[in-house]
Amino acid sequence: MDQLAFIADILLPALWGGLLVTLQLIAAAAPFGVLIGAGIAVGRVYGSRPVQYFSRAYVAFFKGCPLLLLLFILYFGLPSAGISLSPFTASVLGFIFCNSAYDSEYIRGAIKSIREGQFTAGLALGMTRGQVIRNVILPQALRRAIPGLVNEFVYLIKYSSLAYMITVIELTGAGKMVATRYFTYNETFLVIGLVYLSLVTVTTIGAHLLERRVAVPGMASGRH
Amino acid sequence: MTTDDTILRVEGLAKSFGTTEVLKEISFTVRKGETKAFIGPSGTGKSTLLRCINQLIVPDRGRVYLHGEEVTHAGAKINQYRAKIGMVFQNFNLFDHLTALRNVEIALLKVKGMKEGEAREKALFELRRVGLEDRADHYPAQLSGGQAQRVSIARALAMDPDVMLFDEPTSALDPELTGEVLEVIRELAQNGMTMLIVTHEMRFALSIADEICFMEHGTILERGPPADLRDSPAFERTRQFAGRFAEL
Repeated sequence: MDQLAFIADILLPALWGGLLVTLQLIAAAAPFGVLIGAGIAVGRVYGSRPVQYFSRAYVAFFKGCPLLLLLFILYFGLPSAGISLSPFTASVLGFIFCNSAYDSEYIRGAIKSIREGQFTAGLALGMTRGQVIRNVILPQALRRAIPGLVNEFVYLIKYSSLAYMITVIELTGAGKMVATRYFTYNETFLVIGLVYLSLVTVTTIGAHLLERRVAVPGMASGRH
Repeated sequence: MTTDDTILRVEGLAKSFGTTEVLKEISFTVRKGETKAFIGPSGTGKSTLLRCINQLIVPDRGRVYLHGEEVTHAGAKINQYRAKIGMVFQNFNLFDHLTALRNVEIALLKVKGMKEGEAREKALFELRRVGLEDRADHYPAQLSGGQAQRVSIARALAMDPDVMLFDEPTSALDPELTGEVLEVIRELAQNGMTMLIVTHEMRFALSIADEICFMEHGTILERGPPADLRDSPAFERTRQFAGRFAEL
């Protein structure tokens, strides 16, 4: 019984604050991850040579760099270069870099799956390349990339716990402090695990609804 | 330097892909309201020719003039010229994520800068013209091939082009669906639309074109009004080709 009391009176209130920080980290990182990911993907497929090289280097670097290492560089390394970031900002930046690199791969694949003729048709109507990309290519590519982007979002939920390593007291960090203080590792981490699980579950359901909402008859199924 | 009713002038258009000369110095003019049909075996540069006219393919040499203004080397202005040159593709190339109505509307909004209501009205008008007003809310995947091609014609017409380019508009269609598309094109010809049509439909070409150009190996082998060319050797060869084509 006192385990329940511990969970209700001490653990959950402590985790609540951490959860809010976790949600803030995710909310701040995910939109920019998709946005920059889309930009990088477009740059890789349609950009000039230099833009293509830059985009490839960006993806190669951030895919290759362990996220924890990236966070360490951003938080512990940059001050010696005169740039001091708050732990929260450093975490969000690291997540954006990592997230956007992977997102760009999903979006790039989706762009390449769209029939070339639609680009040509857009140009033939007098659209600029930019207009074709914005109005024809990306709306379709993003739809097709949804499963991949959701996958990446789920990863983000989980790797947001790495922010704890640079002193951000998010969900995992908040739990770790309670667990150490009350020596309740099993209860604490079990509850935290359930919280992450529910975040992922909500995401999955939300993604499913989104996918249904933006579905285009005959398109999402990859008929073409 | 152009006669008053010349809409399109093509001078010495040449294009090679690698070592293959696809177009060899093609020249012709198109008068207002004229329908010119290009026929000939596959791989003779007919589609390339159309794409060089609106610069979807940049020719190696030669010039294209629309109303006396040079389209080639137009730089950023090329989009303005393309907006005046309608194009219909073999594979329709409708935008898969947009309804028929939105397909027709989108360039009106983005290229012509029309307001939503105005663009909608114009798009509905064009869909009505090709007999598909009742399919306005259908997505491309929900349309038959013939309907999709008619939507793509409406999409091009909505821009009020000075000239329409048809690139084998019925080649991807089942035989029973070609009729409805040809009918729409025939009606355009009768209403005075200026058109260049690349087609394998010999009888259709003979019946609507003012001039027929036989192409082979990147050149226009012979050209003239359908009546004059019925018995020409080039026509005979093309017909043999088309005959084989039809048997396939």
